[in-house]
Amino acid sequence: MKIVVNGNSQDFKGTETLGQLLKELDIVPERVAVMVNDRIIPKAGRNEFGLNEGDRIEVLTFIGGG
Amino acid sequence: MKTLNLGGKEFESRLIMGTGKFSSVEIMIEAIKASGAELVTVALRRFNRERPADDLLGPLAQLGITLVPNTSGARSAAEAVRAAQLGRELSGSPFVKVEIHPNPHHLMPDPIETYEACRELAKDGFIVLPYMPADPVLAKRLEEVGCAAVMPLGSAIGTGHGLSTAEMVKLIIADSGIPVIVDAGLRAPSEAAAAMEMGCSAVLVNSAIAAAGNPSAMAAAFAAAVKAGFSARAAGLMSRCDHAVATSPLTSFLTGA
Repeated sequence: MKIVVNGNSQDFKGTETLGQLLKELDIVPERVAVMVNDRIIPKAGRNEFGLNEGDRIEVLTFIGGG
Repeated sequence: MKTLNLGGKEFESRLIMGTGKFSSVEIMIEAIKASGAELVTVALRRFNRERPADDLLGPLAQLGITLVPNTSGARSAAEAVRAAQLGRELSGSPFVKVEIHPNPHHLMPDPIETYEACRELAKDGFIVLPYMPADPVLAKRLEEVGCAAVMPLGSAIGTGHGLSTAEMVKLIIADSGIPVIVDAGLRAPSEAAAAMEMGCSAVLVNSAIAAAGNPSAMAAAFAAAVKAGFSARAAGLMSRCDHAVATSPLTSFLTGA
């Protein structure tokens, strides 16, 4: 299944939920905010959130800023 | 010392710190500790697996401070609202620093988009702190839509030109029913003290600390200056006079005349 993560199209096999995708990408779930197709998916709902072919996912973290 | 009240939350420190431009996370953490800041701004960016050390949430969570996610990168009210929602989801903090500056040359805040974003975010329950041009009319409008403070710029971000907007900031303070926080452009602790003496409730400092020779020592210097300026304001500065007023008796002690 092709999913666009932070602008890069990637192929994921056997990945069905957002929770699985974050795990596959070695991302600590508590340390990121996530949008799927411009919708914010709260931490509590990610494990059950099903993904579809072509979904656009944005994964964001805090960096230094004034 | 009287506490700083922002959106119903009380803070002892009147120095708010930014976390940009530090050469390492360790130096940044030391500087935050030295500053005594309880409110610290952060920015949102795409996760980069090549640079895991950029992620500040872990290191900052241990300090017991309150995060103020900013909306930098947003060029419109809609983008800023989205950034604020993402920041709240990630930080759990109700604070947001609204900053919308479409032109990288001068980084001046867009007053129209800033106003729209603040109105929406205040309605949505955020504690809204807008970075804004030093404009007394806009400051009042932002107060009316429910901002918790206004943050006029001292001079352009990162320039170190100090309080070039001092006269406008004074006008904002004179009319404001909410705290006024000078944000951006400060270089020296004396400028932070001057901002507090003129009646600002706090100052936000980033570059002046991050780009100092010794960031944590500079953070401590800013903290002392902010306290001195606040105490001076509370003590009541003497009024100015256009002619000299002697402090010693002028009668001639030899002749008694």
